Amino acid sequence: MPKVTVDGQEIEVPDGATVLQACELAGKEIPRFCYHERLSIAGNCRMCLVEVKPGPPKPQASCALPATDGQEIRTDTEMVKTAREGVMEFLLINHPLDCPICDQGGECDLQDQSMTYGRGATRYHENKRAVTEKYMGPLIKTVMTRCIHCTRCVRFSEEIAGVDEIGALYRGEDMQITTYLEQAAEHELSANVIDLCPVGALTSRPYAFEARPWELKKTLSIDVSDAVGSNIRLDSKGREVMRALPRINDDVNEEWISDKARYQVDGLMRRRLDKPYIRKGGKLQAATWDEAFKAIAKAKPGKNIAAIAGDMLDCETMFAAKALLKACGSTLVEGRQTGMDYDTSNLAAVNFNSTFAGIEQADAILIVGSHVRWEAPLVNVRIRKAVKRGAKVFVVGPWWDTTYPAEFLGEDLGVLNKLPKALGDALKNAESPAIIVGGAGLKGAHGKVLALAEKFGAAFNVLHFSAARMGGLMLGFAQTGGMADIVNAKPKVVLSLGADEMDFEPFADALKVYIGHHGDKGAHAADVILPAASYAEKDGTYVNTEGRVQFAEKAVFAPGDAREDWTILRALADALKVDVGFDSFAELQAAMIKEVPALGEEGLADYGALPKADAKAKAEGTISAYPIKDFYLTNPIARASEVMQRCSAELLHGEDLAEAAE
Amino acid sequence: MADRTPAPDTPELRERWGGFEFTDAYRAKADKAIARYPEGRQRSAVMPLLDLAQRQVGEETNTQGWLPLPVIEYVADYLDMPVIRVLEVATFYFMYNMKPVGKYHVQVCGTTPCMLRGSDGLIETCKKRGMSKGHVSDDGLWTLTEVECMGNCATAPMVQINDDNYEDLTPERLDAILDALAAGEQPKTGTQEPGRHTSEPANALSTLKEMVDANHDYRSEW
Repeated sequence: MPKVTVDGQEIEVPDGATVLQACELAGKEIPRFCYHERLSIAGNCRMCLVEVKPGPPKPQASCALPATDGQEIRTDTEMVKTAREGVMEFLLINHPLDCPICDQGGECDLQDQSMTYGRGATRYHENKRAVTEKYMGPLIKTVMTRCIHCTRCVRFSEEIAGVDEIGALYRGEDMQITTYLEQAAEHELSANVIDLCPVGALTSRPYAFEARPWELKKTLSIDVSDAVGSNIRLDSKGREVMRALPRINDDVNEEWISDKARYQVDGLMRRRLDKPYIRKGGKLQAATWDEAFKAIAKAKPGKNIAAIAGDMLDCETMFAAKALLKACGSTLVEGRQTGMDYDTSNLAAVNFNSTFAGIEQADAILIVGSHVRWEAPLVNVRIRKAVKRGAKVFVVGPWWDTTYPAEFLGEDLGVLNKLPKALGDALKNAESPAIIVGGAGLKGAHGKVLALAEKFGAAFNVLHFSAARMGGLMLGFAQTGGMADIVNAKPKVVLSLGADEMDFEPFADALKVYIGHHGDKGAHAADVILPAASYAEKDGTYVNTEGRVQFAEKAVFAPGDAREDWTILRALADALKVDVGFDSFAELQAAMIKEVPALGEEGLADYGALPKADAKAKAEGTISAYPIKDFYLTNPIARASEVMQRCSAELLHGEDLAEAAE
Repeated sequence: MADRTPAPDTPELRERWGGFEFTDAYRAKADKAIARYPEGRQRSAVMPLLDLAQRQVGEETNTQGWLPLPVIEYVADYLDMPVIRVLEVATFYFMYNMKPVGKYHVQVCGTTPCMLRGSDGLIETCKKRGMSKGHVSDDGLWTLTEVECMGNCATAPMVQINDDNYEDLTPERLDAILDALAAGEQPKTGTQEPGRHTSEPANALSTLKEMVDANHDYRSEW
C-alpha cells in the first residue's frame, strides 16, 4: 500500500493503483479522454498530465504512471495548468467548432473540459483536417472529423465485446477510426461505443437530432429485453421515451447495455394498443372499457379462469392477476408461455446462483443449451472476463460464435452422462467451477446438471431470458406440468398478460383476453383486448435471472386509453364481482410484499440451498436449436421497433440496406 | 504524406488476388518467421509476413510488390487474427505499399539534412524522367515517393530504390543509377562518392580525433 502526497494531502492507495487513481482517491478531478476504468490504459490523449516528484521535471501522463511510495503529486501548479491548456489546444486544432449541430452537445467531455481546462481561444489559423464519414451500421452514426483518437471504441470492441472489428488505420494526423471496409459493427453491444466516445464522433443514429440532453426527463428504470435486468435510464421528452442509456451497476450490467435494451424504445411509439377492442364476427372492433369488461363478465368464468404472464411483466402485475384469480377461486397461473415444465419447487435450482459478478471468478464453465451471447449479452461479457483470467469453457448445444475460446461438445445432451475427459478433468481440477443451463438445456438435462454440479461442487446457474421469469416463479406463476396443465383445465377465460409467445390454439373455445401494450401475436389471437402499459409506463418490481430484486420507475404515460396493468385487473375484479383486496398501487405492493417478503427488498433474494440432486438423473435428447431465433426481435416492443427490424434485416439477414439520404 | 488508402475492393481485385497463397519458398520463410515467437504469440509475425506477401506479389507482377486487400486477408487468416488488426499494421508502415508500384520504387528522402544537401535536385531529376509522386510511370518501371528520414544523413542526399540505398547523390549520379537500372544492370549500392567506403567522414577527421588509434576516455574533458 504505497503512500503518496496529492497536493499536500497524504493518502494511502491500493497496490497497483495509478497516479490518476491516487488523485481521484484524494478527491481531485483529473481531466481525461482516453482513460476509462473498464478499458486498458492507452495513454494517448495526454489530458491527464500532472506533476510528479521524483521524476523527470516535466508533466507526466497520470493514467499510465504507477503510484509508488513517497510520490509527491501536484495537480494544481502552473505547470499542470499550462500543460492541460496546451494539450487541449492541440486537441482542438483539428476538432471542428460544430457544437451547435453536434448531438453530443451538452454531454460532451471535450466541450466540458475545454470550458474548464482550455485557454478559451485558439491561436491556430491554418486549415483544419477533415475526415470522411465511416459507415458503422444502423446504430452508430459517425462524424469522424470530430474524432480525437482516444481509441476507446477500439479497445471496447477488442477487450469487452471480444469482436475485433473497429481499428485505427494510418498514423499520426491521418489516423482514422473505422471498421474493416466500413462494414457494420456486428455484435450485441456495439452501441456502447457511443457512450464511450468522449466527443461527438460516434453518436446514436436513431436518436440523431432528436433532442438535447437538458430537455430530457431522466427516469431510473430496469431493462426488460432480457433477464439480466440491466439498470437503465430512460430519457423522455413529453410523452415519448427518446432513448435508453445504461446506469452503472457493477453487480449487474457494469456500465454497458445490449443494443436491444438501448434501441427497442422506439417500438414504444409504434403498433401500440391505445383503446380496448372486442372481436365481433371474427373482426376486432374498437370498444369502450365498459363494453370490454361486460364482454368478459358475460363469459361467466367463475373459477374457470387462467392467467398467462408474458416475458416483460413486473411483479406487481403478476401479483394482481394472481390475486384476481384467487378471488375467483382459480390458481391457473403460468409464466413459462412456451410450455417449459421444469421443476420449480426449489427456486435455487432455477436461479443463476453464481451471480454475474461471481461468474467472472469461475475457472471452468460448462454451458448447457444456452446461446449466452443472444440470451444475455452482458453475461457473455462476464464469461469472457473469466476466460481472460484463464477459465476453460465447454458448450453443449449447436455452435454459436463465442467471443472467447470455447470447446463445443456437440448437440447431444447424452454427452453429459459420460463426460469427455477434457471436461471432466477441467471440472475436477477447477477451484471454482460453474455450470450454466439455458432454456434449451432445461428440458432434457436439468436433473443431470444439478447432479453434476453437486458432484463437482460447481456453482449451479440457470440462465433465463425473460425479464419476468424469476419474479413470476417467486410469485408462484408455474404449474407442475407447465402450460399443458392450463390447457387440460379447459378454462373459460384466458388472460394473456402480454404473453405473445404462447400458443393460443388449444384455447380455441375459451374467451381470450389480451392485456398488453403492443398489437403483436397475442392481440391477433385475442377476443378482447385491454390496452395496458409497457415497462416504461408503470412503476414495477423486476427480478433478474440471478434473483436480484430491482425497482423501476414510470417514465411516461401510456398512450390513449391504455391503463397501467394493475388498474385493469382491479377493474376486472369489479366486473367479475370479486374482491382482490387492494385499491391503490401502494396497497397492491404491500400485499405482494406481505406474501413474498423478498420482493420488498432490493438486492439478491435468498432462495436457500440447492435441492439434493438425484445422482441417477440422466440427460437425454438433443438440442437442435436455441429458443432465440433472432436476437433483435425477441419481444413485442422490439418487433415493433423500426431500428430493431433494420438491425435484424441488415446484421442478421445480410440485407443490403442503402443508407437513407439525409 | 503519401496516400495510404488501400486499393479499392473491386470484383477485379478479388478475382486477381482472391486466390493468393504463399508459394512453397515463401511459406517456408513465413513459417520460419512465425517460429521465432513463442507459442500463442504467432501474431507477432505479422510484419515479416506482410513483407513476404508483398515480395511475392512483387515477383508475380514484376514490381516491388504491394498489398491488395485479399492478400492482407490471407495474412490475417494465416496468423488467425482479425483482419482489421493486420490492416492497421499495413497502413501504418510506409514500407508496405497499399497501391500498385512500378518495378523500381524510387523513394527520395526529403527530410532536412537531405534537403539541405540537394534532394530537391534529385526529385527534379526524377520528374524529368517522367516520374510523378505516387504514380507508376507509363512504362511500368518507376514509382516516385518522397519519404521522411531514412537514417543516412551522413551521406545525404540519398534515395532508396527497392531494397538498396544510393547515397551521396547528385542529379547526374542519380541519372546514371536510374539509367543502369532501366538497362537491367545492378549499379553500385551505398555511397556514390568516389573514394568513400561507407559513411566515414567525407574529408578530414573533425571530431573524436583521439579515438582513431585507440580508445580514449573523453569524460574528463566534458
